[in-house]
Amino acid sequence: MKYYDKLIFELSKEGRTGYSLPANRFPAAPELPVALRREASLDLPEVSEVDVVRHYTNLSQMNFGVDTGFYPLGSCTMKYNPKVNEEVAALPGFTGLHPLMHAGLTKGALKVYQEMNKALAAITGMEAFTFDPCAGAHGELTGLMIMRQYHMMRGDLKRTKVIVPDSAHGTNPASAAVCGLEIVEVKSLENGRVDVEALKPLLDETVAGMMMTNPNTLGLFETQIKEITELVHGIGGLMYYDGANMNPLMGVVRPGDMGFDIMHLNLHKTFSTPHGGGGPGSGPVGVAAHLVDCLPDIRVSGFHGNFGVILRAYAYILMLGKQNLKKVGQYSVLSANYIKECLKDAYKLPIEGVCKHEFVFDGLINDGAHDDVHGATTLDVAKRLLDFGFHAPTIYFPLLFHQALMIEPTETESKETIDAFIDVMHKIAEEAAEDPRILQEAPHNAPIKRPDETAAARNPILKFKDAQ
Amino acid sequence: MSKIIEGLKYSESHEWVKVEGNVAVIGVTDYAQAEMGDITYVDMPDVDDEVTAGEEFGALESVKAASDLYSPVSGKVVAVNEELDDAPEKVNEDAFENWIIKVEMSDASELDALMDAAAYKAQIGE
Amino acid sequence: MAGFPYFPHTEADVQSMLDRIGVKKVEDLYADVPKEFVKKGAYALPDAMSEPEVRAWMNGLAGMNARLKVFVGAGAYDHYTPSVIPYITSRSEFLTAYTPYQCEISQGTLRYIFEYQSMVCELTGMDISNASLYDGPTAAAEAMKMAVACTKKKTRVLLSQGLLPHVIKVVETYAKFHGVEIGYVPVMDGQTCPNCLKAELAKGDVAGLIAPEINRYGIVEDHTGFADALHAAKALLVEYCDPSTLAVIKSPAEWGADIAVGDGQSLGIPLCFGGPYVGFMGVKKEYMRKMPGRIVGQTTDKDGKRAYVLTLQAREQHIKREKATSNICSNESLMALWVTVYLSLMGPEGLREVNRISCDGAHYLKDALMATGQFEDPFPGKPFLKEFVLKPKKFPGMMQKRLEEAGYFAALDTEEGYVSFCVTEQRTKEEIDGLVQIVKEG
Repeated sequence: MKYYDKLIFELSKEGRTGYSLPANRFPAAPELPVALRREASLDLPEVSEVDVVRHYTNLSQMNFGVDTGFYPLGSCTMKYNPKVNEEVAALPGFTGLHPLMHAGLTKGALKVYQEMNKALAAITGMEAFTFDPCAGAHGELTGLMIMRQYHMMRGDLKRTKVIVPDSAHGTNPASAAVCGLEIVEVKSLENGRVDVEALKPLLDETVAGMMMTNPNTLGLFETQIKEITELVHGIGGLMYYDGANMNPLMGVVRPGDMGFDIMHLNLHKTFSTPHGGGGPGSGPVGVAAHLVDCLPDIRVSGFHGNFGVILRAYAYILMLGKQNLKKVGQYSVLSANYIKECLKDAYKLPIEGVCKHEFVFDGLINDGAHDDVHGATTLDVAKRLLDFGFHAPTIYFPLLFHQALMIEPTETESKETIDAFIDVMHKIAEEAAEDPRILQEAPHNAPIKRPDETAAARNPILKFKDAQ
Repeated sequence: MSKIIEGLKYSESHEWVKVEGNVAVIGVTDYAQAEMGDITYVDMPDVDDEVTAGEEFGALESVKAASDLYSPVSGKVVAVNEELDDAPEKVNEDAFENWIIKVEMSDASELDALMDAAAYKAQIGE
Repeated sequence: MAGFPYFPHTEADVQSMLDRIGVKKVEDLYADVPKEFVKKGAYALPDAMSEPEVRAWMNGLAGMNARLKVFVGAGAYDHYTPSVIPYITSRSEFLTAYTPYQCEISQGTLRYIFEYQSMVCELTGMDISNASLYDGPTAAAEAMKMAVACTKKKTRVLLSQGLLPHVIKVVETYAKFHGVEIGYVPVMDGQTCPNCLKAELAKGDVAGLIAPEINRYGIVEDHTGFADALHAAKALLVEYCDPSTLAVIKSPAEWGADIAVGDGQSLGIPLCFGGPYVGFMGVKKEYMRKMPGRIVGQTTDKDGKRAYVLTLQAREQHIKREKATSNICSNESLMALWVTVYLSLMGPEGLREVNRISCDGAHYLKDALMATGQFEDPFPGKPFLKEFVLKPKKFPGMMQKRLEEAGYFAALDTEEGYVSFCVTEQRTKEEIDGLVQIVKEG
């Protein structure tokens, strides 16, 4: 990837235009009253169409996507984004629909929602879904609103606590707080699973429910899930399933069957829609039958959620069908276990045994530290990977381990790609043992070297005019 | 080995207190700033805010972390160190010289619950 | 066994991987799952389709939707999308990237977000913008939470009843669960009532007001004195705006706003049945650290090269956890790129021209509709740009049906018994004349 150092504002030249609009054939409307008119300047760029296309093409070449190469980012499920999804989502019969058109005008769109509702219900064992949430965190918040709504509708107002495992995604506590709920953490056992004995004393009539992801953020299946759901249901609480880790269960296990009452899915993870550099996503929320009445009063986005994303996920489900669903889960688990087994001679594996779609190493076995030379950290391993044309895994999460390196390969990567990654990871481990500085100075051939993030935070330059 | 100054009071959450009459001058210890790394922002209360012993009154931020500050004493904030708004790195440079807030104490006996330099030194294991 | 295009595994690959792991079959990798939870029998899903079948099926569904000339706005506007935008936004390097965690190989994403932030600040006049939010209504809900967080211990937020209905509904939902009390400022004489605002402020405990620059009746509101009244009560002014119109009407900063929010859809994003769109937020510098969402900042790398990074992350959920103002982790990045490319192409003059054509067309339509004698003007003489409401003298059902049959989506019913119209630069004089002709015949 090459370095290109322009901002669109720096290409601007007074009098250039990049637009083409029809001639105005209407009589001039009365002018706005002076008090309502904009007086401030409007310094948007003035550039030609060619300038725009070249600039953004150059910017794109400083980026790495799934289509560029392997992207083993743990908990993010960076699977391949099929192109037919893009094609069907761009059909004018969909993109031209105004969101306030009534049902008689939007039969095709409504059928997409109905079919998606059926398909997601079949895949998860839930009764019904709302498609309003625009992201995973948004789905999580909506799910917690439903949880509160359920208790409120029953007049049970004292339930203000939500239990989350200490390995939970960072969004869980933030979503709970935004929803007016208080977080109580439950510890994990040495083997990475929720400590059921530690859970018991936390359960009383002030608990609204418990949030879990299964497999958890260590990629481990919560083997005592049945006992946990029974305990939580026993005190009148609801079980929330964080669908961020749904991929390994596709076609094999359904959250509804495990006793979960509410869940969200990330269509941009499990259902192959592109991440778009951080959105748009879609986080539909499913509920069990006894919670369907809680859905209507909860409106978390303007219209019908991210329809364009839902269309892509629908096309993916059509391609998979019932015949291929199971392979998603199975191959994602196969690839993760294979990488784990191949690399545990060079990276610390804190918890042995079968993982699901992802697993966590706790840094290098030999980080190369000696005398006054510092050892290579997980950050250094991640940065060195960039030099070899791989995206880095998720680092420093979960917080249970100091040097966490979380790898999720997904089912769309070939054995050849995975083997190439394994080779590079071994090479990096050898480099670290020999001279950790090679890692510490990485990346060596990315568009930029490591940036000064402290300076960025101390003296924020957040727009073009701040930089001038 | 971090710096500890004799004659100051210390809290378990790594704040120091210098008593000037009825006013407690509060900052964070050298140990705390070193643990935190490059400080990028000091979140401080406003003058006239009430603070309570043991409760948070602000936070230190670095690029990848935020650490709450807990007031060692109760009372009214009478001054905040505005220099830190533009230069949070001063806390890294000298944590004892660069105080964070001054509190007019409502109950000076709360000082008795704090540690002296020797006890704090033992706490941080130095 | 027939292959599947997204699974590269051959049988030999699977076998050699299983051998390396030391298990016999793939099912063994689920041995830790209690047997009762392993799904038995087939999933109730359709049979797998080939790509041509998927294409045909989806084309069929798209064909079941009406293709109408859109004369309705109400929060989603049929503005023109330059060809360059889908071309750029479908580039794989942008489309298939994750959130820019590894900044060294995400400079493309980070740079366009920085440009986006700069453009939001330019349009709104605010000091700081975040990297975008989900949509306009959720941006308003985030502003509601932010107003409470910025004005210690106040828990009441006022909403102008001139805000679009879907904005009010979303803010109410968030408020209910966040423990914020909502008060309402009514619309009098076509605009958010200043005296009612003062009366609400006098009751105390107000953290802020969310008011529309252009209200649900299409009227450009006069917010003279709003900021002073709110600031005197130590409350925040939040302006909800249509960013396209900010090229010609007073910016939120010019009204003295503390926070500006709205939906970026009007900047060339297709209607697409309501999403994906993009919410924006601009704030005064003093509220920077309470602002939700991602923020990109400029710095330098080790070699002194200009570089862009996610910054001020200590505000965010993954660090502050339950103390964060918001639970947002991502943004609506690709739609922020969409808007950035749009504004680059249009420039200041293009955006003004969009407003000129839309506004002239809307006035032309309104005058013609009034001339049919079938409507009353509920807000005579009030300034508007592309959108307006009329009161039909008789039940509008028949008229709406005939408009639909003739290929028009127009005269949308409002809660107040009006019908609303919108004209963008995409609507031609012929289309407008045709619409008026159908109304006349009714």
